Amino acid sequence: MLKIRNYIKVKSVAEAYELNQKKTACVLGGMVWLKMGNRNVSTAIDLSGLGLDTISETEEEFVIGCMTSLRDLEVNPALDAFSHGAVRESLRHIVGVQFRNCATVGGSIYGRYGFSDVLTMFLAMDTWVELYQGGIIPLAEFASMKKDRDILVNIIVKKTPVFCSYISQRNSETDFPVLTCAASLIGEDAVTVIGARPGRAMIVEDTRGIMKGFKKMTKKQREAAIRSFAEYAAQKVPVGGNMRASAEYRKLLVKVLTRRAWEAVGGMKNEY
Amino acid sequence: MNISFWLNGVCVSGEAEPDTLLLDFLRQKGCYSVKRGCETANCGLCTVLMDGKPVLSCSVLAVRAEGHKIITLEGMQKEAEEFGSFLADEGAEQCGFCNPGFIMNVFAMLKEIPDPTEEEIREYLSGNLCRCSGFVGQTRSILKFLQYKKAQKEGEE
Repeated sequence: MLKIRNYIKVKSVAEAYELNQKKTACVLGGMVWLKMGNRNVSTAIDLSGLGLDTISETEEEFVIGCMTSLRDLEVNPALDAFSHGAVRESLRHIVGVQFRNCATVGGSIYGRYGFSDVLTMFLAMDTWVELYQGGIIPLAEFASMKKDRDILVNIIVKKTPVFCSYISQRNSETDFPVLTCAASLIGEDAVTVIGARPGRAMIVEDTRGIMKGFKKMTKKQREAAIRSFAEYAAQKVPVGGNMRASAEYRKLLVKVLTRRAWEAVGGMKNEY
Repeated sequence: MNISFWLNGVCVSGEAEPDTLLLDFLRQKGCYSVKRGCETANCGLCTVLMDGKPVLSCSVLAVRAEGHKIITLEGMQKEAEEFGSFLADEGAEQCGFCNPGFIMNVFAMLKEIPDPTEEEIREYLSGNLCRCSGFVGQTRSILKFLQYKKAQKEGEE
C-alpha cells in the first residue's frame, strides 16, 4: 500500500524542488501507477496548483505542462493534426478514459517506464523536456538518464514537420503493451522507436544508413529499405521476456511492427 | 487534514489523512455506489465525475478533491433510473456490481459525445470491466437509450 505522511500542494516549482531533495519525498503525477506500489512517502508534492495542466501552441512549438492529463493530450486537435493521428493512437488504448483523465504526461515521461506508450510516441517527435534545474534537454537524452531529484516542468514538442505512425501490440485491449513502435520522418530524418521491449523505449540507431533519404526514395526503393530495416531492427533491438510475452515473440514483433509502421509512413498501406 | 468540496451539489467537509483515497472518503460520506473492484486502476467501478470529467476515485487522493465538484451515482438518481431501465430491458447485467461505475461513465460519454457510434461507445467504455457479460447487451441498451432520447427531443420540438 502507498503511505503518505505529509501532503503539500506547492505554490511554486522552486518549492517543489526544495521539498523533493529529500529521498523519501515524491512528486505526484496522476497516481495511477504510484498507488500500486508499497511506498512510504514522507512528503507528497502536488504540482496541480501551478497551472501546469495545459497545452499551449506557438508558431514554433507545443508546450505541454507536466500535469496535463493523457486524455487532454489525446483529444487535443492541434496535436492530433500535427502528428497525423499518431498521438491519439498512442494514447487511446491505455486502460480507459477515466484512467487517462487521471494519468499525467509528466508522470509518464518522468517515470521513464518500460511499458510507456507515451515515451515511445514522444521520442518519435522533436521533443525536449524542461527541467527546473537541468534546463531544456532533448527527450532522448532525458530518457537515458538516471532518475534524479529534479522537477520536470514542461514537455516541448518542436514543430519540425513530422510524418509518423504509431502501433502497439497488446494481448488484450486496454492491457499494457507487449511491444510499441513509432516510425517517424522528422524533417528528413527517419526515426524508429521501439518500446515495451519490455525495457524503456529506445531509438533504433540506423548505423548502416538503410533509411537514409527515405523521403526521396521511389516506392520500390522504400519497400526494399523497409524490409531491410525491419530485419536490422529485429537483430539490433534488445528484447526480453516477461509474463506478457517471450523474448522470441518480441523479436518477431519488432520486425513486423517496424515494417508496418514504416509502410504507413511511406504511404504503402493506409490501414493497420 | 480538513477538506471540503462539493459532493452531489452539497458542500461537504471532513477530516482526511494525506493518503486517504477519494473512494474511501466518499464511502465514509455514505456514497456506497462507489466501489473498489480491482485495486489496480483498471476496472472503472470506482468512477466518479470530478468537475464533469470521469476519474478513478481509487487513484485520486481525497485531499486533491479540495474545492472541486464531485458527482457520484447518488447524485444522479433520476437519470440513472431512466437509463437503468434500458439496461434491465436488454438483460445487459447479471450481477450488477459494475453498474454504478458503468452508468457514471455512460453519462460522461454522452456529455462529451452526444451521438456516439457503436465504435465510439466501445472505445469510451473500454475502461469499464464487466465480468459477467460481453458488453453486447450494454451497447445495445445505450443505442436504444439514445434512440429514445432522440425521439423524446423530436417530440418536444
